[in-house]
This record gives sequence, structure tokens and C-alpha cells, in this order.
Amino acid sequence: MMRALTWQGTHDVRVDSVPDPEIVNPRDAILKVTSTAICGSDLHLYDGVIPGVIPGDILGHEFMGEVVETGKDSTLKKGQRVVVPFTISCGGCFHCKIQQYSACENSNPAEKQDMSATLYGHPMSALFGYSHLTGGYSGGQAEYARVPFSDVGPIVVPDHLDDDQVLFLSDILPTGWMGAENAEIQPDDTVAVWGCGPVGLFAVQSALIMGASKVIAIDHYPHRLELAKQLGAEVINFKTTDVREALMEMSGGIGVDAVIDAVGMESHGFAVDNMLDMVKQKVGMGADRASALKQAILAVRAGGRVSIPGVYGGMTDKFPLGALMEKGLKVNSGQTHVQKYTKPLLDKIEDGTIDTTFLISHRLPLEEAARGYKNFREQQDSWTKVVLKPGTQKEQAA
Amino acid sequence: MKPNRQIGIAGTVAAAGVALGAAAFGAFLSRRHDGGGDDAPQFARRSNHGDHALVGRTVTIRKPAAELYAFWRDFSNLPQFMENVESIAEQGGARSRATWTIKAPGGTTVELRTEIVGETENERIAWASVEGSDIETRGEVTFTPAPGDRGTRVSLHIEYDAPGGAVGRAIAKAFQREPEVQARHDLKRFKMLMETGEIATSARRKSETRAAKQQENA
Repeated sequence: MMRALTWQGTHDVRVDSVPDPEIVNPRDAILKVTSTAICGSDLHLYDGVIPGVIPGDILGHEFMGEVVETGKDSTLKKGQRVVVPFTISCGGCFHCKIQQYSACENSNPAEKQDMSATLYGHPMSALFGYSHLTGGYSGGQAEYARVPFSDVGPIVVPDHLDDDQVLFLSDILPTGWMGAENAEIQPDDTVAVWGCGPVGLFAVQSALIMGASKVIAIDHYPHRLELAKQLGAEVINFKTTDVREALMEMSGGIGVDAVIDAVGMESHGFAVDNMLDMVKQKVGMGADRASALKQAILAVRAGGRVSIPGVYGGMTDKFPLGALMEKGLKVNSGQTHVQKYTKPLLDKIEDGTIDTTFLISHRLPLEEAARGYKNFREQQDSWTKVVLKPGTQKEQAA
Repeated sequence: MKPNRQIGIAGTVAAAGVALGAAAFGAFLSRRHDGGGDDAPQFARRSNHGDHALVGRTVTIRKPAAELYAFWRDFSNLPQFMENVESIAEQGGARSRATWTIKAPGGTTVELRTEIVGETENERIAWASVEGSDIETRGEVTFTPAPGDRGTRVSLHIEYDAPGGAVGRAIAKAFQREPEVQARHDLKRFKMLMETGEIATSARRKSETRAAKQQENA
């Protein structure tokens, strides 16, 4: 038996004893998890706004650890330290071959593809520790995890880099990077990023590395805005400033060249439509709140680019489709093709271009995961990122 | 249709529906493109197909047609991805007679006896039930090269006389083995097996896979 963080219902997650995972398929590996983070998208599960989560499901899609067992077709070796992409990808299908790993056709079990195929027209690929829409694979907020297609996903990390330096290769660093890449940044561009959570902050960092002349970060938490500032962004507090007016001024009256929505479906905001969306979400009509995205579409210049790394699951109301068409905007989005970015980003961590450790505000033993969820949700200003350390006691984790 | 004495009429009706889906057969090439004003396959039409049911589906698999054909042509391979087919015994002969043992509701099995009624190497395999089979059906799988290096388009068509019509399918559906769903899933599993060498499962332990659970229930 092992300990694992399980979802029981809205705002109810617990660390339980569950049977150990084992090698099921030939390409599997089993990891002893050494570090695993709570992601902003885990909060969507915590808040009960993602369908297809079943009580008892083990959460966690940002994890790394030591290989302790390998299937006969795994290319990993026992004892290797690896970081695991949150997207499960086979490496052999059409989409994997063109590096659209998050559209893998083979990772979501056949019998689980129908739900998302009905919702989206095509089945989703599998993700760790998320909904059964995405396969229902057990996650990494546990002492051990089964990793399918271990010859494709996990990246071996060198011993001189510690967990805190590389853990975020599993999701939020590549997600921020792809968010910036999707903004198709040109030199001299001004780029605006909504949301200074982990993905937004990494998008800020990435956009600057990609050569944006100015990056403007938007949030309302002072500490998060401060972090964005330290990375080199100019900041706007949407609670005290008219965002669109400010962006027009800060971009010389043109509008920003590209916008990045790193907020997603549970956005805050005071707009009337957002309140309506929130009410509908509460009564189960399920419209995604998308106030950040709506604002971004109005703020971007004509002919500009809209990048959406923020997570959405369903429909949204009063979407400014006219602005999208009339201004000739280009939209790029999607779950991150993590496997495409792990190696180049590991190189950037190794050569010192990227540091991710500034983000971590709390390190907790796995046993305290439930407290981590609660505080990460309720104290977003100070709890910027929680890393769980299975197998450690309180003093060691901190 | 011969009623199976052991499981009764309702069981047979359900089992037949089940079996057809489970086995994921093909249909009649000659009828596929009949009667419509466009180029879509017949199984994509909104109208009914008469008094028989027709199931069809296409997937693209990143492997050469010859490899996929060879795997499929050895019928004993099919239970690897056809979830409800327990085994296929080949009797051989000029028309490659085979007996399919198919799991049915209530832990019973039904037998489908088929022979090959048409084939073109690396392109097409068609089969039909013969005298003595519990189920009447015709099936076909075709392998067509996809553009560029995308591999092969594999289309599976099943035609069968649905015993009890809608009622039979309703019973089968209650057992989660509605033919169309089962055929679609089986074809996806075929793709997985060919492209990745394994069939995706989110089970954390061997005893929790669908295959293991079916074994348990049988």
C-alpha cells in the first residue's frame, strides 16, 4: 500500500492508503515520486467545475521521481531521475509524429474517448491525474506512479540539478513557453499577459526571452504582480486600473501586438457578463467564465495574435466574435505539447537562462496536501506554488 | 437465426447484437456507396439501411497496409483487440472457415462461424457467416493507402440482421456492448496495438484492466 492524494468531492481531497501501482503495459515504468506540485488546473478539479472526476481518483499531473521498475519495452533504467510530462503521448501516431503531443490519438483508452468526442468533436488525449474525459489515469500526488509510454514522455535530468530546478518541466514551464510561442512574438512587440499565476509568470519570462520589447502583466494580487515585475514586466492591477485604457496608452495608442490569456475558465472580474457566467456555473448551466479572454480580445490590436494557454472546458456566453473577425485576429491555443519542449527548456535551465525556483512559496510533505490545496486556493497572493514532497516529514520538506 | 437453447430468446437476441459488435465485422462493399447523392459511405447516411443494421468506421493507422492486412488476416490475432471475442479457432480449408467464440451477457458465449467470401491481398478481407452459426452477419475490412506518410486508412463495415431489431440492440446496449460502440472501440484498440504495440489502459494494476475484469465476470 502507498499514500496518495485522492479527490472525494468539491473542496474535499484526502491523503489515503491505496494499492501500489504496477507495470501493466510493456512500455510502462513505475516512479518513486520525489516532488509533485499542485497546479492551478488542479484547483478546477478541487472546485468541482471539471466533469468526469470520480471519488477516489488520484490527482497530480506535475511530478518527477526515481525510476524503480520498468516494463520490457521501457527505455528507462532503474535509478534514473526523470520529470514526467503531464500529457500522456504514444510517440507513434500522426499527431505525435508532428509534435502535437497533446493531441495523441492512442493514450486515452478507447472506451473513454466517447465523452470528449461528443463534447469537442474529437476525443482528447490522456493526461495524468485529471478527468476521466482525459483517460482517468492516476496522478503523481502519491508515493508511486505508473507512467505509460515511459520511452516517450519522461526526460532524464542530470544529478547536479535539484528537483526544484526541473520539476516545472512537467507542465507550467512548457505551458508558459508555448503560451508565449503561440503569441508569435516579433522584435519590437508589446505583449500583454492576463494572470500572474505560475503559467502567466513563465509566459512573461518566455516572452522576454523571445525578444518582446515590452511585456505587460495583469493581475490583482500584489505579490504576484511583484514577481512579474522582478521578471522584467510592467504591471497593471485590474482592480484599480482600466485595463483596456491602460494597454492602449502603454502601447502608444495602437493596442498590444499579442495577448496571452493565462487565466482560463475560473477568471475573476467585475464585468456583468462574468457575474452571469458565475451564476450559471453555480447552478450547473456550466458556462465558462472568460472575462480575461474577452478583455484580451478587445485589447489586442487589429491583426494581432491571441494565445490561450488558460484552461477552458465548455462553452462561454457573449464571446466577442465580431471583434475577432473584424480585427482579423489570429488565435492559437491548446493543451501543451510538453514533450516537444522538455529538452530545449532543460537546456535553458542548465545554462542559467531560465530559473524556476523563484516561484515556489511552500514545500509540504504529501500528508499535508489537503492543506496545500486549501491555502493555494484561498491565499493566492502568498501561496504562489506548492510543492509536495512524498516520503518526507514536515521539517525535511520545508 | 437459431435460438440458443441455453440462454433463451432474449439472451440470444442480446447476445447476437453483442456478438456482432464485439466481433466488429465488415459489411458489403457493393452496397457501401449505393443510393446517395454524395461521396460519403453509406454508414454515414442519416437514413435507415432497411431491415438490417449496418455499422462502419474508418481509422487511419501509421503503418503500411501490408503489415495491417497480414495481422488481420490471421484471425487468431483478432481477440487481442476485439474485447468481447474470447477466441477464434481457424478450421482452414479453401475458404478459411473459422469459429468465433464471443462473450455474451450472463457469462454465456455464442458461436459465430464464418468463411472468407472475398479477399485481395493487402487491400481487403470479407467474410460471412455460414450454416450453423448462431449469428447471421457479413463483414469486411479494407486497407487503403493514406496520403503521404500518413499510413493506411482502415475501414470496417458490418452488416447483420439484427434479431429483434431495435429491441435486440436495446438489450445489447444495456450490457454496454452495443454493436456500433463496440466496433468503434475495437477499431481504436486495433490502431493502438498497431501503432504503439499495446492497448492503452488507465488501470493502475493488472487486475484492474478491462480484460482482467471481464475474465473475472465470465
